[in-house]
Amino acid sequence: MTQYQENATVARIEQFTNNNFRLTLLCPQIAASATPGQFVMIRVGNGKDPLLRRPFSIHQTSSGGRIQIYFKVVGRGTEILAQVKKDQEISVLGPLGRGFQLNLSAPVIIVGGGLGIAPMLFLAKENYRLKRSCAADFVLLGAREKNELEHLLADFKCLGIRLLTATDDGSLGHHGLVTEIMQSVSLPVGSTVYACGPEPMMAGVNKICRSLGIPCQVSVESVMACGMGACLGCSRPARDGGYTHVCVNGPVYDAEELLWSL
Amino acid sequence: MEFVIPRDENLPDLRVNIGSLELANPVMTASGTFGYAREFEGLMNLHRLGAVIVKGISLYPRAGNPPPRIVETACGMLNAIGLQNVGVDRFITEKMPYLQGLNIPVIVNILGDSLAEYEEIAARLAGVPGVAGIEVNISCPNVKKGGVAFGTDPAMAAAVTASVKKKAEVPVMVKLSPNVSDITVIARAVEEAGADAISLINTLIGMAIHLPTRRPALANIIGGLSGPAIKPVALRMVYQVARVVSIPVVGIGGIESAEDALEFMLAGATAVQIGTANFVNPRASEDVLEGIGAYARAEKLDSIRSIIGGLRLDKHVPDMRNL
Repeated sequence: MTQYQENATVARIEQFTNNNFRLTLLCPQIAASATPGQFVMIRVGNGKDPLLRRPFSIHQTSSGGRIQIYFKVVGRGTEILAQVKKDQEISVLGPLGRGFQLNLSAPVIIVGGGLGIAPMLFLAKENYRLKRSCAADFVLLGAREKNELEHLLADFKCLGIRLLTATDDGSLGHHGLVTEIMQSVSLPVGSTVYACGPEPMMAGVNKICRSLGIPCQVSVESVMACGMGACLGCSRPARDGGYTHVCVNGPVYDAEELLWSL
Repeated sequence: MEFVIPRDENLPDLRVNIGSLELANPVMTASGTFGYAREFEGLMNLHRLGAVIVKGISLYPRAGNPPPRIVETACGMLNAIGLQNVGVDRFITEKMPYLQGLNIPVIVNILGDSLAEYEEIAARLAGVPGVAGIEVNISCPNVKKGGVAFGTDPAMAAAVTASVKKKAEVPVMVKLSPNVSDITVIARAVEEAGADAISLINTLIGMAIHLPTRRPALANIIGGLSGPAIKPVALRMVYQVARVVSIPVVGIGGIESAEDALEFMLAGATAVQIGTANFVNPRASEDVLEGIGAYARAEKLDSIRSIIGGLRLDKHVPDMRNL
């Protein structure tokens, strides 16, 4: 798997809420080789502080050599990243990690919650592009409130896959959890589920999948320094008793490989 | 051990010697920051490295510490990885063949909980094709002596060095811990015990607290500080050690650029190791190497050896331009 360190030009900045941003970055080598579920490490500044890159899943790619990331300001790194200007150059390293294993013959349920929606657009688009029919598929998206969701919907809707939404405050779609809509739809036999979101959401999705006996792939996040298997900082307990490293063994796993607390 | 070092006569002479080991240039990658090198193959030219120092190897595999294992701090990071590694036997069968194929010196960092373990690892590495040197991590706790780190006691540091030297068939470099009151005492002790070179510094013990949860930022509570934040401490210790030993000293600590590396060489380092910078810029070591070459050309140096320990200590003349 080839990786690149590119000086990406910021092509577009979209601000959806006070804290939710989407950046479009021109980095042709990464855009051309990325697959859904992979991530990039971005250096938010040029100085020594903050020192480390920050990991972001790839929201979508374009044939014009662009990638998008969707993020929320949660700390110093994202705070600085939210201040970037159009045409500014930032260092992007990627594509990194193991992405989703696409099952092109199964009915597919794509579940995204909050910032976990980020990698699911890329996945939904590839799923749409490669599958003969998406008639049996679902996209289920959840967020705290309408503002965090509505700006992302257009890109999903244009794929024509059935789309259901849930918000914690009921401001858009189902009033409640995305796992509740998942339980309300009848999942076709032989389905495959892909999920990314808060840990309790992924644990809940996995629980439903286990009860139905269908496979579930999840994309998890972790603090990491290098993103490429050198620092060993992104360890996560695995079901087999050892540790797995999210950057190279993940970020996408069969949910059964990991431990969940629910 | 002989390596085919391609030399362009038009390029400056960057060769340096670590004991009997000749390096094509003074730039190495620090243990624990470069995996087993293969992780970086697509992002830089590994064949250009002066040497690669691989992730610390113990006698048996170690799983490492629970997460969180790392946390960013001002101009640096703390880590408590817990010496996770595949163990010496798997290292030899699974990792060495690739490393050997790089045709650059491979220096194996080793660690143990007892003198016997250090000695046994050195014995198993003896004669393994491609192993050009051993770097001894003496920052580990001595389990038999109540968990006090080997590297904080001169007698224990010397004993570890002697144990490894007994079995090693390649130059032995001892990596010093900075968490001591007088590093020169430890340096002299390992030199007397037969070390062929000294590398320093390992990480400085530190701590971070996450206020919102009132918890330590690391599951291990304390960890090792690395990155640009520790460079002045490292530079000072390299300077102090280089003055009291006659074996080569290898500088480590916050080196990100050729300027950083050259400062360490002026302070007395024969070579340098690039550590945390590899995480930020995977081709940091190659960038440092190119910068050293450019400096040697610009300064018309016959050999990069000429700047080792070349720190000017004559009367300080303030440069008004910098005021």
